[in-house]
Amino acid sequence: MVTKFKEALNSGKFVVTSEIGPPKGTNIEGMLHHIDLLKDKVDAMNVTDHQSSVMRFPSIGGCLSVRERGGEPILQMTCRDRNRLALQAELLFAYTRGVRNVLCLTGDAVPVGDHKEAKGVFDLDSSQLLRAIRQLESGKDLGGNDLDGAVQFCAGAIVTPEADPIEPQLIKFEKKMEAGAEFFQTQAIYDLDNFAKFMKYARKFPVKILAGIVLLTSARMAKYMTDNVPGIFVPQGLIDELAAAPKGEALKKGIEIAGRMITALKKDSLCDGVHVMAIGKEEVVPDILAAAGL
Amino acid sequence: MKSITKQKPFEEIKGQLDGLDRVFIVGCGTCTTMTKTGGRDEVLAMKEKLQEQGKIVTGWTVIPTACDEMTEVAIKENNGAIRNAGCMLVMSCALGVHKVSSYLDKPVIPGVDTLFIGLEDEPGNFHEVCAQCGQCVLGETAGICPITACHKGLVNGPCGGTNKGKCEVDKEKDCAWTLIYQRLNVQGRLDLMRKQQPPKNFQAAPRPRTIKIA
Repeated sequence: MVTKFKEALNSGKFVVTSEIGPPKGTNIEGMLHHIDLLKDKVDAMNVTDHQSSVMRFPSIGGCLSVRERGGEPILQMTCRDRNRLALQAELLFAYTRGVRNVLCLTGDAVPVGDHKEAKGVFDLDSSQLLRAIRQLESGKDLGGNDLDGAVQFCAGAIVTPEADPIEPQLIKFEKKMEAGAEFFQTQAIYDLDNFAKFMKYARKFPVKILAGIVLLTSARMAKYMTDNVPGIFVPQGLIDELAAAPKGEALKKGIEIAGRMITALKKDSLCDGVHVMAIGKEEVVPDILAAAGL
Repeated sequence: MKSITKQKPFEEIKGQLDGLDRVFIVGCGTCTTMTKTGGRDEVLAMKEKLQEQGKIVTGWTVIPTACDEMTEVAIKENNGAIRNAGCMLVMSCALGVHKVSSYLDKPVIPGVDTLFIGLEDEPGNFHEVCAQCGQCVLGETAGICPITACHKGLVNGPCGGTNKGKCEVDKEKDCAWTLIYQRLNVQGRLDLMRKQQPPKNFQAAPRPRTIKIA
């Protein structure tokens, strides 16, 4: 069975995905609100998996909520917190509950999060997890044992087009593809010329690429990201544009920038769609889409 | 082989010696001497500190290599002073602590924490080079161990946390996979990096690991 998200990827339309961040705690009202806000506006919603190594309500739990409310979930799975038994078990469970899209990630390091003394697992890495999915689809687990009922997933991974140096990243990108990635959602991109270079290379391969759009909320935030977040480079021009926004209107400017970038990507058919990450500001994702004319 | 150690906080040592007032101190002439965590000077400094705390140090010795049979000889040589002590404070790596424990019934307290097996790249600067995983991959990674040098121990290339050749957990730390890439590139062997590495066998030698060499 082809998932709704996969159908969208194959349809040739400009695909839009967004992100749901589960709460720290049992109050899921905010998350449900965001799901309701976005479920009809995007083709699928990624549910993050202890993003930045911060312990939260689980990704699979968020995905079930997305399903219950009629949305299309993409289960983000990192290799940081589970060994190969737990990862496979969760894939079996996800499949039975109709969660059929998976984004495979290695996962942020433990020390960047809020349980700094925890053990990082990394029994598998992102490309091995992709291969595990393809193995489970063949009816066998990673131990080579027969499954009573196999799985089928639309599996994807991430790539960082602004990584420096880029070559090792591209080798990993190709390995993930060989391992079974059908789509890629990229780390945030801001320099469209650089991204066009990456796409010229990526277009050689039969995979779908969704450009990562992270909402810039202020000049300070943009500067912080460019200085501190691996693989993110915000051109000075955009930082200046945010800084020049009238007091209290930086967010509005950020929405405008995001909308403008999406419009440009779509106009030039640079990639197959976008993955919009508003990190804590999910409320304004519809505004970003509106600004992009989507 | 160099076992890299750091001295335990004195408060922790004091806590472990609670109720044990007569102490015999053992140092090691090899690794902890080199790391200045349990050589002659550190043993003597520890002796003084313990005496300031009202402990009686019945004796001390620095065994040339605390993890080999010299330990048994040293213990015999110091038999009187050791018999007089209520416990041993061992300032060698954990190997020496084990060795000393195996000859005595007395409590043996470690004075240092054993961190890793490493090399000294410049004086006083040690870095871990081997995780003793039992499945050496150095032949495919240009002599840089990703199990050890990559924070996540990844075997299939860099994660997304690599940044300008550095690691997301520490801006001072080199990204192992950037280094591996650069060296393989120079060697013209980048095909090795493209190889899909299967999940690692973490039970290559199940713990506790033993081997009988014929």
